[in-house]
Amino acid sequence: MFLTKHINFMAKRKIAMIFSAILILISVGSLVTRGLNLGVDFTGGTVIQVGYPENANITQIRETLTTAGYDAAVQPFGTAQDVLIRLPDQPNADRSKVSNDVIKALQAESSDVVMKRVDFVGPQIGDELRDQGGIAMLLALGGILIYIALRFEFRFSVGSIIALLHDVVLTIGFFSVTGIEFDLTILAAILAIIGYSLNDTIVVFDRIRENFLKLRKAETDESIDTSINETLSRTLVTSFTTLLVLVSLFFFGGEIIHGFSIAMIVGIVIGTYSSIYVASSSLLMMGVTRETLLPPAKDEEADEELDAIP
Amino acid sequence: MNQNPTWKYLLLVAVCVIGMVYALPNLYPSNPALQISLTNTDQRFVGTEIETITKSLNDAGIDIKKVENKDNKLMVHFADTDAQFAAVDPVKASLGDQYAVALNLAPTTPSWLSGAGAKPMYLGLDLRGGVHFLMEVDMEAALNKGVERYKEEIRGYLVDEKLKYLGVIREADDSLTIKFKDQAALDAASKKLTRQYQNQLSIEQVDATKGASLRAAITEDNLSNIKKLALQQNITTLRNRVNEIGVAEPIIQQQGLERIVVQLPGVQDPSEAKKILGATATLEFRMVDEENNAFDAQANKRTPIGSVLYEERGGSPILLKRQVMLTGDFITDASATFDQNNQPAVSITLDGKGARMFERATGANVQKLMGVVFIESKTDVSRDADGNIVKKTVNKQEVINVARIQEQLSSNFQITGLDSPKEAHDLALLLRAGALAAPVYIVEERTVGPSLGADNIEAGFNSVIYGLIAVLIFMLIYYRVFGIVANLALSLNLILIVAVLSLLQATLTLPGIAGIVLTVGMAVDANVLIYERIKEEIRAGMSPQNAIHSGYEKAFSTITDANITTFIAAIVLYGMGTGPIKGFAITLAIGILSSMFTAIFGTRVIVNMIYGNRRVEKLNIG
Repeated sequence: MFLTKHINFMAKRKIAMIFSAILILISVGSLVTRGLNLGVDFTGGTVIQVGYPENANITQIRETLTTAGYDAAVQPFGTAQDVLIRLPDQPNADRSKVSNDVIKALQAESSDVVMKRVDFVGPQIGDELRDQGGIAMLLALGGILIYIALRFEFRFSVGSIIALLHDVVLTIGFFSVTGIEFDLTILAAILAIIGYSLNDTIVVFDRIRENFLKLRKAETDESIDTSINETLSRTLVTSFTTLLVLVSLFFFGGEIIHGFSIAMIVGIVIGTYSSIYVASSSLLMMGVTRETLLPPAKDEEADEELDAIP
Repeated sequence: MNQNPTWKYLLLVAVCVIGMVYALPNLYPSNPALQISLTNTDQRFVGTEIETITKSLNDAGIDIKKVENKDNKLMVHFADTDAQFAAVDPVKASLGDQYAVALNLAPTTPSWLSGAGAKPMYLGLDLRGGVHFLMEVDMEAALNKGVERYKEEIRGYLVDEKLKYLGVIREADDSLTIKFKDQAALDAASKKLTRQYQNQLSIEQVDATKGASLRAAITEDNLSNIKKLALQQNITTLRNRVNEIGVAEPIIQQQGLERIVVQLPGVQDPSEAKKILGATATLEFRMVDEENNAFDAQANKRTPIGSVLYEERGGSPILLKRQVMLTGDFITDASATFDQNNQPAVSITLDGKGARMFERATGANVQKLMGVVFIESKTDVSRDADGNIVKKTVNKQEVINVARIQEQLSSNFQITGLDSPKEAHDLALLLRAGALAAPVYIVEERTVGPSLGADNIEAGFNSVIYGLIAVLIFMLIYYRVFGIVANLALSLNLILIVAVLSLLQATLTLPGIAGIVLTVGMAVDANVLIYERIKEEIRAGMSPQNAIHSGYEKAFSTITDANITTFIAAIVLYGMGTGPIKGFAITLAIGILSSMFTAIFGTRVIVNMIYGNRRVEKLNIG
């Protein structure tokens, strides 16, 4: 499908870099000015999902809760029968009882309301999850950096980390710009994106390494271009199958998993783009050449000596 | 070229068969069920229980599917959750207090499968419904209790040993200052105290200019020991309480140094569970100070030495002696009952040591007044101006009952003064289950209602199936014969993931299902890599047989590199993981490993079977 064309990717890398730079600026700008719409997992507070047999009257629920003294955000959840109620941390109440009281207040209004889900996160847990999330991301990045440095060369691992950061920043930026709630499952999605984006990058790097050794006369950017072209159909096929299942997850997996599937879909689109442009152009920028990967002369001799032994 | 040695066929077939056997139990849907067990685990069923249950359910018009008796537990199966919910009350009413009735999911694995150790996957709370609590133990309260205990103990010890002292005072840094009249008295006490409390307290003389006094502080080792014991006792107590409530397959585990995870599958009403688990109610028995007037003490804000000012339930003040005659710790059994005036009461049984102590104390005080103190403590968590977490323990102590001791009391007696039968019932439960060493409070709650759990299972299942079908169709169209091979590998991969999850009895959560879905999409990557490589080799002019051989060989290191990095991310996720996220990480990691087996080894065996050892003009690879 993609075989006949040879696309000159590296020639257009300036355009790609400007494009990425603009997106990163927007993401960082939005993160600084708007921040993230952090879910209760990170802020502490209570989320209650209730179900009604018929379409829920959001306005009335809001009124009931205001009368009961709660500053709650009420919104429909998935269907018109389901309602999500968010309460910020209640420092002056017995926190663990807040959900009981809210449900009691709603039941007084209409007796057939059903509690479907309660998530209560105390302030100390919110703080911890936020810290742990950051640490987890750093650990994952660190582990991967070491692995690639061992398998390839230090500049390759820097290149893949740049691509990774690019993907993570843009995905988080997407959540900041759209204001979609950022909870624990999104954090899990981002860690999965780290794994996925890397997977893509490594396939390209692997081919670059191979072509550096094979295409002895080619210029560095030509070799990189050839490598990207050779792996292009694989990159697109795999991204496509992964997107297929994520779309299925988005439509059939239920409201709870929506954020996760959106994060993954965004991350995979960005990851596919970055493994083509960001990772490889950063290799060029750092001055990786064919010679970088040739084994040091001394080792070659040693190999020859070994070969000479019958 | 490209032939399979026999062992490769055998290995693939063996993995297929084993995978299918262990994945199979998941195809038998679990029945909604009631689990009936005895609250006292030492007892056995009488034998008439099944009859009683069947009769009560027949009367209520509820159909039973099946009744099983396993490991001293009865499992009553129902056709649907409606019947299950409706059955709870009639069954509870017919059996009485010594039985715990809990909602559960009963697997219907056929015996030939369960005989081979095959079980369905363990569903997480988000899929089966239930309550997850993370409880923090108030360690400051535990420490506080420890300091107070040493204060009392040292006083008692000095009196017993006839050592003269002026007073024992608690300082702000939680150390104790023991004051003496002169250096001689101090020296005499110092030696004995040091020996008595070695390894527990560090005892040293305070600067002599401030008078003769000793400073006793709890040692670091002892401090962490006190905390450890508090956590252990709380876990035991919580476990007892959960057994009293009646929950099937509860999980009560330590997490970190100060926290306890409590998972109660199938619990419908989290508010009741919260109330019972977090309750700190316990009792203390003290003599009433009859020589002094409590109203005067309250008005003058001056409590006589040796007494403590309390309030009665009605609000009037009362003076009780400082010395405690008996605490709730010695209670072995308690049950709710009614006294001769038909008021709610709790009948209490003490253990041997408690009985002896109580006999001695009450025997010496016949015709005097004794007060029963009801103690409840609660921890308030708030943020100070700097946003730091501040904890405060609030103690509520009230005297529920004052009665004249008519005769010497021993191991069995009753207390009254309770507001309602419900309060008597709860207090009895708490006394039976034992007191918490320190208050616990909930820092995280995740409750999923049973209907949402069922919805989540269905949604998860659908997304896996539709995602899988989409990928299968795409691969078939894009890679033709090789697509079929990849599809076989993908299906086997899915079976293996389910089989491994079932074998490990790892918890399947909704994010876990998302992990499986993601694996389905990414698992074909290995095959895509191989197939694209084969196509390239053919374009480069290689013969089909050589292209297959070299395609598999060259793609291998790429696949390994790519998968190991995703695997690193999965391990990190697991390490930091809380519940559901852990489930995602596990399925992701298992998926990576099994996809490497099926996509590299599995497809090669099949491709060799189709194309190996014969003349091939053209590969049907799209």
